[in-house]
Amino acid sequence: MDCTGLCEVIAQSGLDVGLAQFLSLLLAVVAVSGVPLVTVIFLIWVERKIAARIQDRIGPNRVGPFGLVQTFADLLKLLVKEDITPTAADRLLYNVAPLISFASVALIWAIVPYTPYHFGADLEIGALYFVAVASLGTLAIMTAGWASNNKYALLGAFRVVALLVSYEIPLVFALMVPVLLAGSMSMLDIVYAQGGMWFVFMSPLAMLLFFISSQAETGRAPFDLIEAESELVAGFNIEYSGMKFGMFFAAEFLHVFTNGVLIAVLFMGGWFFPGWQEPLIAFFWLGVKASLVYFVSLWIRNTVPRFRIDQVMKFNWFFLVPISIVNVLVLSFLVMVLKEIGLVPLDEAGNMALQTGTFVEMLPMTIVLLLSNVLICIPIINRLRRSGNESRAELEARAASRAVAGATGD
Amino acid sequence: MSQIDFSAIAFFIFSLLALGGGFGVVTNRNLFRGTIWLMVSLFGVAGLFVLLSAPFLAAVQVLVYIGAIAILFTFAVMLTRSLTHLTARYNRLWPTAIGAALLFAMLIVGVIWPVFGANEAFAVPASDVVRNTTDLGLALVSGEGYVLPFEVASLLLTAAMIGAIVIARDVDEEEIGE
Repeated sequence: MDCTGLCEVIAQSGLDVGLAQFLSLLLAVVAVSGVPLVTVIFLIWVERKIAARIQDRIGPNRVGPFGLVQTFADLLKLLVKEDITPTAADRLLYNVAPLISFASVALIWAIVPYTPYHFGADLEIGALYFVAVASLGTLAIMTAGWASNNKYALLGAFRVVALLVSYEIPLVFALMVPVLLAGSMSMLDIVYAQGGMWFVFMSPLAMLLFFISSQAETGRAPFDLIEAESELVAGFNIEYSGMKFGMFFAAEFLHVFTNGVLIAVLFMGGWFFPGWQEPLIAFFWLGVKASLVYFVSLWIRNTVPRFRIDQVMKFNWFFLVPISIVNVLVLSFLVMVLKEIGLVPLDEAGNMALQTGTFVEMLPMTIVLLLSNVLICIPIINRLRRSGNESRAELEARAASRAVAGATGD
Repeated sequence: MSQIDFSAIAFFIFSLLALGGGFGVVTNRNLFRGTIWLMVSLFGVAGLFVLLSAPFLAAVQVLVYIGAIAILFTFAVMLTRSLTHLTARYNRLWPTAIGAALLFAMLIVGVIWPVFGANEAFAVPASDVVRNTTDLGLALVSGEGYVLPFEVASLLLTAAMIGAIVIARDVDEEEIGE
């Protein structure tokens, strides 16, 4: 490994070159993880404001202009609150769980490409790294639930396994679509492959699947049954207080925005925007796209009621998983066919190379893939309508029979 | 050898995680803590894979072993709560343990002895050939690669999965239908 940039500066002070390398890497890690840490403070304010508007309230408006400093006040409050560890809790694991929870989200930011030149690490296995790191979140919640030594916390933790582990399947299958189209798992390559055409136009279904399952992965409404207040009091975090409680929530808030960023990178062309290539403005475009997805996520969270656990499981195994598998199969088949016909931009070796394709070159391919997505969606929508009608008829019949029973005095 | 290499520091941290985690697994009486230590150990191994320029294996290690298998362990342990606070020791195979430790020590000595000390021949990086994920994918599915073992393995795994479903399946068929 060569010693350039920051490493060179540190080495000039007389330090050992190897140690300078290590220090410069460590500083880079701190810088990369600092971005999400700062972002989350602002995100909490955004979230509260939007939630308030949806519920016809004003939201935080007392501390600072537009209540902007409210989060700092909350933070201060959380820090000075009594830090309780239950006597029957597993002291070590109880205290470690919030850390793992936040780390699992912050680690994802290592692979986010902000601009062509600014990113933590361009891992060759970027997409796989994301899935691997995100699975640590499950571990955090299970540890918290078990270590609290509380029945409600344990119940919440049980639900996590059911929820997070099953929604990982459609998530990964949806993630396969951009990987397949870009021919690489590196986030940077995936963004470059969208220079001509964003993947959302090629496979909107994949983006939708990714969005739904990532919403479930964050454990937010309508999938928030791991912390269902009305059934489990609070779920896995019931025993936590002060900043440890705050860290679980910081992780959750950040995870939602992280998903927005990932969707922007994977499906909405990352920093690309028609007519703009400059790095600084590129960073701005990524932020705009991520915020768009983030807003939709908050919108859903504040308007859709919570699912029951059986509904959540059914929705995943009988709906999302089959669709995501069919989507990947159809897409990969069509890409092969298109390659044979020659409608796909190719490199010298004859491999698919979307990063060289322009908008016009990508157009026929996009139209074919989009049509296939529409064709997949038609039977799905029909099926949804049918099952919706059936369950409504069933409910109405039950209500009618109850009304009859009430009238006869049974 | 006076220079502290970046990878040497990383190697030290990861081996500490791997060995310390393993030590935690075998010494801990609490089953849940044991599984957590197991995850620490597996994480250290994943880090070692990264140092050996096998990032794919590292990610799979975290995803499959920590994200899936160890999570299942903890789930099983949580369901059997009475087992998590063991106080009695059931295992009394001292002679076997000593024998195993001796064999392991011999193995370690046998491996380390020939390469101990400053040795120029071993100063080269562990792996010169950097294979990327594309090579791995091609090796798995191309005709000249390992397509046959790969397919046999997937067939076996499918059979195992079907077997698991059959075993776990409720006898009462009508109950499942509802």
